Amino acid sequence: MPSPSYEADALIAGDIDAYLERHATKSLLRFITCGSVDDGKSTLIGRLLYDSRTIHDDQLAALEADSRRIGTQGGAIDFALLVDGLAAEREQGITIDVAYRFFSTETRKFIVADTPGHEQYTRNMVTGASTADLAVILVDARKGILTQTRRHSYLVHLLGIRHLVLAVNKMDLVGYDRARYDAIVADYRAFAAQVGITGFVPMPISGLAGDTITSRSANMPWYEGPTLISHLETVPLDIAADQARPFRMAVQLARRPNLDFRGYSGLIAAGTVRPGDPVRILPSGRTTRIARIVSFSGNQDAAVAGQSVTLTLEDEVDCSRGDVIAAADSPPEVADQFEATLVWMADEPMLPGRSYLLKLATQTVSVQIQAPKYQVNVNTLEHLAARTLELNAIGVANLSTDRPLVFEPYAESRELGGFILIDKIGNATVGAGLLHFALRRAANVHWQAIEISRAAHAAQKNQRPRVLWFTGLSGAGKSTIANLVERRLHAMGRHTFLLDGDNVRHGLNKDLGFTDADRVENIRRVGEVARLMTDAGLIVLTAFISPFRAERQLVRDMLPAGEFVEIHVDTALAEAERRDVKGLYAKARRGALSNFTGIDSPYEPPGQPEIRIDTATMTAEQAAEHIVDRLFALRDEAAFSI
Amino acid sequence: MISLTHLQRLEAEGIHVIREVVAETERPVMLYSVGKDSAVMLHLARKAFFPGPPPFPLLHVDTTWKFQDMYRLRDRVAAESGMRLLVHHNPDAMARGINPFDHGALHTDLWKTEGLRQALDLHGFDAAFGGARRDEEKSRAKERVFSFRSGNHRWDPKTQRPELWRLYNARKGPGESIRVFPISNWTELDVWQYIQAEAIPIVPLYFAAQRPTVERDGLLLMVDDDRFRLRPGEVPVTRSIRFRTLGDYPLTGAVESTAATLPAVIQEMLLTTTSERQGRAIDHEAGASMEKKKQEGYF
Repeated sequence: MPSPSYEADALIAGDIDAYLERHATKSLLRFITCGSVDDGKSTLIGRLLYDSRTIHDDQLAALEADSRRIGTQGGAIDFALLVDGLAAEREQGITIDVAYRFFSTETRKFIVADTPGHEQYTRNMVTGASTADLAVILVDARKGILTQTRRHSYLVHLLGIRHLVLAVNKMDLVGYDRARYDAIVADYRAFAAQVGITGFVPMPISGLAGDTITSRSANMPWYEGPTLISHLETVPLDIAADQARPFRMAVQLARRPNLDFRGYSGLIAAGTVRPGDPVRILPSGRTTRIARIVSFSGNQDAAVAGQSVTLTLEDEVDCSRGDVIAAADSPPEVADQFEATLVWMADEPMLPGRSYLLKLATQTVSVQIQAPKYQVNVNTLEHLAARTLELNAIGVANLSTDRPLVFEPYAESRELGGFILIDKIGNATVGAGLLHFALRRAANVHWQAIEISRAAHAAQKNQRPRVLWFTGLSGAGKSTIANLVERRLHAMGRHTFLLDGDNVRHGLNKDLGFTDADRVENIRRVGEVARLMTDAGLIVLTAFISPFRAERQLVRDMLPAGEFVEIHVDTALAEAERRDVKGLYAKARRGALSNFTGIDSPYEPPGQPEIRIDTATMTAEQAAEHIVDRLFALRDEAAFSI
Repeated sequence: MISLTHLQRLEAEGIHVIREVVAETERPVMLYSVGKDSAVMLHLARKAFFPGPPPFPLLHVDTTWKFQDMYRLRDRVAAESGMRLLVHHNPDAMARGINPFDHGALHTDLWKTEGLRQALDLHGFDAAFGGARRDEEKSRAKERVFSFRSGNHRWDPKTQRPELWRLYNARKGPGESIRVFPISNWTELDVWQYIQAEAIPIVPLYFAAQRPTVERDGLLLMVDDDRFRLRPGEVPVTRSIRFRTLGDYPLTGAVESTAATLPAVIQEMLLTTTSERQGRAIDHEAGASMEKKKQEGYF
């Protein structure tokens, strides 16, 4: 029985202009459907597309053919096939990613995020939920509330979705039993309260049979609530609520197409803006007023959250990509240390201490994440101790950025509180996060102004401070060569200090082991110590395997340009293993030593080291001489003197 | 309170995507196929950078077999937008005389797939806007807005990046490039409604008119110029036709129609019973063929 929502054909045929006028003013709702493999999620989405006439006859013909060939409904139409996409997953009978579907009714257009129900679920569901206003949580009426139901509910709540529908599906398979439905709703209400979900709309449905989808079902006269479609058509939109909040726009582009025009383009994250409004540019804090809202069809009187606009300002203030233009009297915060929830999305686990890129709105900064305070078991919601986060893990950690971020807590703003994490070397998106709050530390710990400057320390020693960073396999000869270089420099009257891997591990880093996470922290600490020593004016030599490019880059980034000298002591693995000065390779091969670089832990050679030493063609003495010549030739030294 | 319509929100999203690409890539280009989806995408770009022109060129990967009306609109629109128009012809296909009458699938492969790769490599473009929509085909439903291609332009559905909120990660390694789809979330109806609302110029072939046609292999083809090879016994018949999609004229099927205005076209589309891509010869193959073509670099 078609509902009024789709009784449009007569109007389309009879008065297309009236129809178009009505459809020009539709609103847009994005929602996500959550359910595990057998809850009937694909069937429900297929049903929504089917009922809304989004499926054309030729697609229907293909669907009918597919249903006979590979369907699960005994030859009857298998709506699930309609929304199954990639070839690989079609063969396996599972969906492996987030897909977006579209349908519309008389009053709204809908974008549905369809996410799969297997182990990659967390990553995909978080992705789909990040843009949704509403979530439909599907429960199989025969099974009731499952572990997955709890997980889905936790995730959509975490991502800030305020409108939840509990769709008790497959009511046809339990004889449309009201007692069964009431029991499931009561169960869910108890659980929801635990998680902090304050409200949800329950409804008994059948995706397959079509009950309570577009119209009330004759099979369930006892149900008096809304149908799924009528609820989707009337639920309030987040974007409307966003307009009531103070104005914020992250600047995407500062544009100057000609000398007379300087405009700032972006998508309004919250609030309303009008010419003359006082605004504050963050993080600088400068204030000015909006001059014009420029658009293709003339200047606008106002613009609101959700619109992409170009603004001009009354004063020539510094404002560029990454800055946020905000209501002058209630600006967002600026900080560089935060607590956040992280969702890990990469096969490679999160490494505390490693430097990642963080993108929030239009700001991209370097960030270091501390070891998680805890990880959340998404099934039981227990807090577990964790040293790192693996794929699909969710945890809470502190993080610090290399530049101040303009932000709002995620609970207040998705746009200024949600961020992604990007691997600096591989460029993949490895995680996502939700900012909770700024750590007060960031506001209270200031850099102590020091009167004897870095330059003064270096000038007194008449040398340019530098870090000579020796990297290479265990047994390559790093310590030997570094020692010889230091002896020569010492003889030349240079002020030096050698940090050796083994020695540091006896003291400063004796709490660290050899896992990837510990190796990263090991190098970070050594980098910080080396940097302090260069502040004191010293030439620092370090001899560490330092197997990962990312951490060597991290140390390079800590120092002024030109002060980090990467020296690759390049020895073939077979040769290092043949020498085996400390007997470690033999031990590793026996399995008595794990995470040994070159054996069961990777070594990433430098791409373009400042100096490369080939130990097959040079003795240690020759290598030391070569390094000193390259770096401390008289001419060079004069240039470096400060 | 100002309530935004679905078209306003789709427009805002498309403009946001286009600006992100300009902010975060080195050499973007907009692929312009002269169809209605391209027309909408170009319009969004012009709005995104007003009062200046969009800071990237238009690229038409041409096959020399487009409808004459398409070439006319292309040149007019490029001039109006103030953007540079690059037209690429695969020199190899040109030299070998590859054409839709003799070479079947090879024609599309060389002129379009290979031609696109050549053009992107030739100019060193690292990001290319395309007008594809997720509602066109099942495998497109999972395509990202930012879709990464390896150095040889291949698409790997398994290594696509998650896209959360409005945050797009445009970082890439040497040789890699991105295809960006600013109108991913638009449906065919959205496109038509927006064209009407914004009075965007489109190729007249979308509207019904009396045109010379022949019926061949289940498709209604238009005899657009004298290169059309008539088979023995074929005589062009004048029919009132229009096109739902536009491509190479010998490969693009028309529908018989009297819809000569935008509302009439939309009306016909809403009441019609076959989906948009059915007019294209390329999609008549097995279910997952579009996905296979994408992996090989077809847009």
